Amino acid sequence: MQHASPTARGQAKVMNRFDLTRRLVSKLHNQEAVIGGVGYNNFDLWASGQRPENFYMLGSMGLAAPIALGVAMAQPQRRVFALEGDGSILMQLGALGSIAASGLANLCVVIFDNGVYAITGKQATLTGSTVDIVEVARGCGIVRSGWARDEADFEARVDEVLHGEGPTLIAARIDDQKAVATTDRDPTRIRQRFMDALSGRS
Amino acid sequence: MTTIPVTWYDIVVQVLKRHQVKLVAYVPDNVLAPLIRAVEADPFFTVLTPAREEEAVGIVTGAYLGGLRGIVLMQTSGFATLPNVLASLAMPYRIPLLMMISERGTLGDHQLGQVMVCRTMRPILDSMGIEHHGIERLDDVEFIVDRMIQQAFSTQAAAAMILSPLLTKKSTADSAA
Repeated sequence: MQHASPTARGQAKVMNRFDLTRRLVSKLHNQEAVIGGVGYNNFDLWASGQRPENFYMLGSMGLAAPIALGVAMAQPQRRVFALEGDGSILMQLGALGSIAASGLANLCVVIFDNGVYAITGKQATLTGSTVDIVEVARGCGIVRSGWARDEADFEARVDEVLHGEGPTLIAARIDDQKAVATTDRDPTRIRQRFMDALSGRS
Repeated sequence: MTTIPVTWYDIVVQVLKRHQVKLVAYVPDNVLAPLIRAVEADPFFTVLTPAREEEAVGIVTGAYLGGLRGIVLMQTSGFATLPNVLASLAMPYRIPLLMMISERGTLGDHQLGQVMVCRTMRPILDSMGIEHHGIERLDDVEFIVDRMIQQAFSTQAAAAMILSPLLTKKSTADSAA
């Protein structure tokens, strides 16, 4: 990456998940796929506009990144984003190794890190104490792994994903606000809409 | 006259190819080792080794959503880590998740942990209504694997193909663990 001095977690601005999700989605003009992890991450993705290329997870905590990896393998011409929380990715750190090993240029994992399990009562996660997901990802082999310094830097990193090489991890510190809406819980409809969009049938 | 030896894993490879199942994600097992060697040696397949079975299910599910068919290979103890992902992803989203499970913990296993875990496998599958069949005979491999894959995709439902020691330990000498 072209960032001269990498931002440490403690230096990164605390931002807002819905705002960042909207900024990300506003840049997607080529039917990029987005996998929204369980809880507030997919709720805010839903609230940002129900793109048919969005997949909303109603359970399976920790599997947004593996699902995104599968989509990216199946469709190497399409860029694929996973939106995941710190609590979720902590459950499936091995996936960061699988993503690095895949070497897929079209895959980006976005981690919204507020250091708490926000949806269950704001209990502290390990990222609130000792674990730095950007460093974990680097250690797993994802070279393009960094903290977004602020909103502008977040957008610049998304632009790099859209125009550059991957796999990439973008970590953003966020507040502990609730999501602004709730996803309609109809899994077969979510799946069919997503598959139709990815197969060009929608 | 010499006959070409046919093994269960050669048959599985042929059936996977016939159904365009190109992605194989596995957490290894001694019993599965010859099948793993076969798919890794064959450029038809893309082979991944995720850290956990649950992760493998996520990857294969994502690949299916994107139009690429895959299968997860695991042993009994690995299957025991999957009820949450089966109940919250494969079942509600109607994913034709192909699972091939080498059955440990029965017919002479020395691992008590495997024995206990093995007893949970079929009740878990039954409780979720997941189609499962044990494969015990070499001459059943083709039929069962072929039909289960066909049904999984035509009915959009998960399928568990269980490799019994009667198949993997008894009928082929070279698949011994």
